[in-house]
Amino acid sequence: MGTYIVRRLLQMIPVVIGATFLIFFLVYAVPGEPWEGRCGERECSDAYIAKFKQDYHLDEPLLVQYGLYLARLVRGDLGVNFYGNAVSTELLTRYPTSIKLALIALTVTVVIGISAGVLAGVRKGSFLDSLVIVSTLVVISIPVFVIGSMAQFGVLKLNLNNVIPVTASEGTLQQLILPGFVLGSLSVAYAARLTRTNLVENLRADFVRTAKAKGLTPARVMGVHALRNSLIPVITFLGYDFGGLMGGAIVTERIFNINGVGGFIFRSINQLDGVSVVGAVSVLVLIYLVVNLVVDVMYGVLDPRISHD
Amino acid sequence: MRARPRFFAAASLAAFALVATACGTTASNPQTSTSAAASVATKEGGAITIRGCAPQNPLIGSMTGEVCGGNVIDWTSAKLVRYNPDDAKPMMDIAESIKTDDSQTFTVSIKKGYKFSDGTEVKAKNFVEAWNIAAYGPNGHEGGYFFEAIEGYDDTQCPANDKCATKPKTDKLAGLVVKDDYTFTIKTTTPTSNLPVRLGYSAFVPQPDTYLANPAAEAFGKVPVAAGPYKVTANTATEIVMEKNAAYSGAYKGKVDKITYRIYNDPTAAFTDVLANNIDFTDVIPADQLADDAWRKAVGQDRTSIREAGVIEVLTFSPTDDQLKSNIPLRKAISQAIDRPTITKVIYNGTRTPATGWVSPVVDGYKADQCGDSCKYDKAKAKAAYDAAGGYKGTFTLTVNQDGGHKPWADAVCNGLKNDLGMDCVVQITPKFADLLNKAKAGELKGAFRNGWQMDYPSIENFLTPIYAKGAGSNYSKYDNADFEKKLKDAAAAKDLTEANKLYQEAEAFLGRDFPTAPMWYRTQPAAWSNKVTNVKINAFGVLDVTAISVK
Repeated sequence: MGTYIVRRLLQMIPVVIGATFLIFFLVYAVPGEPWEGRCGERECSDAYIAKFKQDYHLDEPLLVQYGLYLARLVRGDLGVNFYGNAVSTELLTRYPTSIKLALIALTVTVVIGISAGVLAGVRKGSFLDSLVIVSTLVVISIPVFVIGSMAQFGVLKLNLNNVIPVTASEGTLQQLILPGFVLGSLSVAYAARLTRTNLVENLRADFVRTAKAKGLTPARVMGVHALRNSLIPVITFLGYDFGGLMGGAIVTERIFNINGVGGFIFRSINQLDGVSVVGAVSVLVLIYLVVNLVVDVMYGVLDPRISHD
Repeated sequence: MRARPRFFAAASLAAFALVATACGTTASNPQTSTSAAASVATKEGGAITIRGCAPQNPLIGSMTGEVCGGNVIDWTSAKLVRYNPDDAKPMMDIAESIKTDDSQTFTVSIKKGYKFSDGTEVKAKNFVEAWNIAAYGPNGHEGGYFFEAIEGYDDTQCPANDKCATKPKTDKLAGLVVKDDYTFTIKTTTPTSNLPVRLGYSAFVPQPDTYLANPAAEAFGKVPVAAGPYKVTANTATEIVMEKNAAYSGAYKGKVDKITYRIYNDPTAAFTDVLANNIDFTDVIPADQLADDAWRKAVGQDRTSIREAGVIEVLTFSPTDDQLKSNIPLRKAISQAIDRPTITKVIYNGTRTPATGWVSPVVDGYKADQCGDSCKYDKAKAKAAYDAAGGYKGTFTLTVNQDGGHKPWADAVCNGLKNDLGMDCVVQITPKFADLLNKAKAGELKGAFRNGWQMDYPSIENFLTPIYAKGAGSNYSKYDNADFEKKLKDAAAAKDLTEANKLYQEAEAFLGRDFPTAPMWYRTQPAAWSNKVTNVKINAFGVLDVTAISVK
C-alpha cells in the first residue's frame, strides 16, 4: 500500500509537467493580444505595447518563453501575471476558498444524495422512491444560476441574510453555506441515483441474504454490508465531481461573488493572461491527481478484495 | 488484519487534506470591516464599502486609462484643477492660478504648503518631473499621449516602427520649465486654449519624491502616495482600502473616514449586496434589472439615481464602403430611419438618452441639436431621402462587439432599417471590442460599426479633436476636412474659453453637414445605494463624489 501510494505520487510529476506544456501552448495559441482592453475605449499607445512585450518576454519564440517558465517553475516560482501580481499569491488566496466551497458542496451531495438514494433503494417502487427520483430530476434540470438567484432572493425575502449571507466576498465558512448548497444540489441527483441503483442490486445479492440469515440487525446488514459495496461507483463519481466543483463553479462564483479559482481562470482566459492560466490549471491538475489517488485508496478500504500492489 | 493499513492510508490522506485546507484558511481571511461598523449617527466619519472592479494597471495617474483604476486615482489624488461634480467646470485645486496671454505659454503658480500623504510638500518639480516620466516613450505610460500638446513631446518619443531600439532624443519635455519651487511654465507647440481644462485629468497628477527617485517601484503602484483627500492603505486581490488622508491640505475634504473598494466581477452580485445592505454603493445595474425600472422598485426610489455621463455612442460609417463613402444624403437617411427614442426606452430602459449632436450634454460648450433632422426619427422623410439618394445595394452590415451587450440594440436598428427603408441589413458580431477596432483599422468592415467615446476632460474639444481631426488616434471614419481642421486650430488659438467654445460649436456644425458618423445616444450613469448612507452624488464623469457621501 505504501509503495503504491509513493509510486502514484511519483507518477504525478511527469503528468503535471506534460499538462503545463500543453496548456502553455494552448493559451499562447489563442488569437488576440493580452494588452487589449487595458486602455479603456481607445487603443493602447505603441510605447505601452512595446514596454508590455519587453516586460513579459512576449517577443521571444514560444519555446524560449516555455523554457523560462519551466526554469522558474522548478524553483517553485509560478511567475508574475500581467497585473504585476505573483501568481502564487493569487492562487493562495483563492484555492482555500474554492476547496472549502467544494467540500461544503460535496458534504451536501453526500448527505442528501446518499440518504435519498438509500431511502429510495430500500423502499423501491414506493411513492418515496418516485418522489426522490422526480425531485432530484427537477433540481438538476434547473440551471445553476436560476437556483442561485432564487436562493439569494429567497433568503432576502425571509430576512435570513444575517444568518445565511447572500454573497461570499470574504469566503468564510458561514458565507459559503448558501453557495455550497446551490452547488451541491446539482450533483445530488446523480449521487442519489447511483446509490439507489447499486443498493437495489446489492440488496438482492447472496451475501446480503446470508447476513440476514445469520441474524444481523437490518441496520448492520444495510450499513456495513450492502452500503459498503454500493458506494464504490458513488465514490468514483464524487472524486470526479470534486475536481469539477473546484475549477468549474464559475457561474456560482460570479453570482455569490466568491473569490475562487474557477472565476479566476475564466477571467484570466478572457484577459489572455497566460501566466495565470497556466499556473492555476497546473495546480488544478495536481489536485485532480491527488483526489483520484484518494479515491483509488478508498476502493481498497471499501472492498478488501481490491488490493493495490 | 489486511483492512487496517488501507484505513490508515485513507484516513491519513483525508486528514492531510483537511489540515492543508485549515492552514490555508487562517492565511487567507483578512479581517475586513463591513459597513456594519458604520452605525455612527454623525455626518462625519464612518466607513463605507462600495462596488469596485480590478484595476488593470498600477495606480499611477498617467498609467491608467480604464475606469477601475481610474476611480481609485480620482479619489486619492489632487491635480492642478478639479472638476466641479455638478457641472464639470474646472476649479482651482493645487493651482493658485494659471495665467496666459496667448493661449500658448501658461504660467502656473501652485499653492504653498499643499502636502502629499507622506507629509512632503507638493512643489513645481513634482509636477514637471512626473509629467516628463509620463510622456517619455520608453516608459510606456498609457496616458502619455495627453502631453502631445506640450512643446518637445516628439523628441521624447521612440521613432515609429522601431520598437524603441533607438532611445528618444531626450527624456524631458522642452515646454515644461520650473521657475521656482511654486511656479512653472507650460509652453504648447501650437495655441491650445483649453489647456487649463485638461489639467484636471489623472495623467497630470504630481508625484512625490519617493516616486521620482524610483518610478518602477512595484509597491508604489499598489499603494501610491498622492495628494488627494483619501489615501490607499491596502490593495489586495479582493479589495482596495482607502482612508482619510491626514495630510490633505485641499478644500475638498471627504466626510467618511474609510472607503473599502470591494472588487466584484459580476454586477448582479454587487446589486444583490446593495439590496442586502452588505455594501453601500454600486454603479452598475444588471441588465435584467433594468426592465421596467425593476431595480428602482427593488432598492427604493429614494436610494437610486440616474445621471447623464460624458459618454457618447455613435455609428461610424465605414470609410472603405464605396456606396457610403461619398453619399452624404444616404448616410443622413439611414440615420433618420433609426428610432432612437423607442430603442433607448425599450432596450435600455432610460439608461441611454437619444443623442442630438456629437458632444455629450455634460460638457462645457455643449450645444443642443447640432444633428438636426437627421437624428430625429421620421419614417416617411427617411424613406424619401433614401430613395432619392439611390438606396444601398446589397447587404448592409452593422458590426458591434459582443462584450458590451450591444446585440439587442443592433438587432433593433437593423430590423428598423429593414422595415422602414427596405434595406437588407445584417448584424455582425466581434467577440471583443479590441477585435472590432482592429478590423476597423484594417479597413475590413463595410456598412457601419459601433464606436463609443468616454471623455477625458469635460470640454467640447475632447469630443471633436481625438475623433474627427485628420489622423487622430480614434478617427475610424477617416474624416478629413480642411475647413474643419482650420476651425479646430482657430478655436485652439482663441483668447478665452467662451470664444473657443463658440468656434468649436461651429466645427461641430461641420459634422452635421458631412455626417461621418451618426450619433446614437449618450450614456447615463445609474447608481443604487444602501440604507446606511446618504447624500450620494455622481459627478459628471459618472464617478461617485467622495466629498459628498456620508453615513447616516
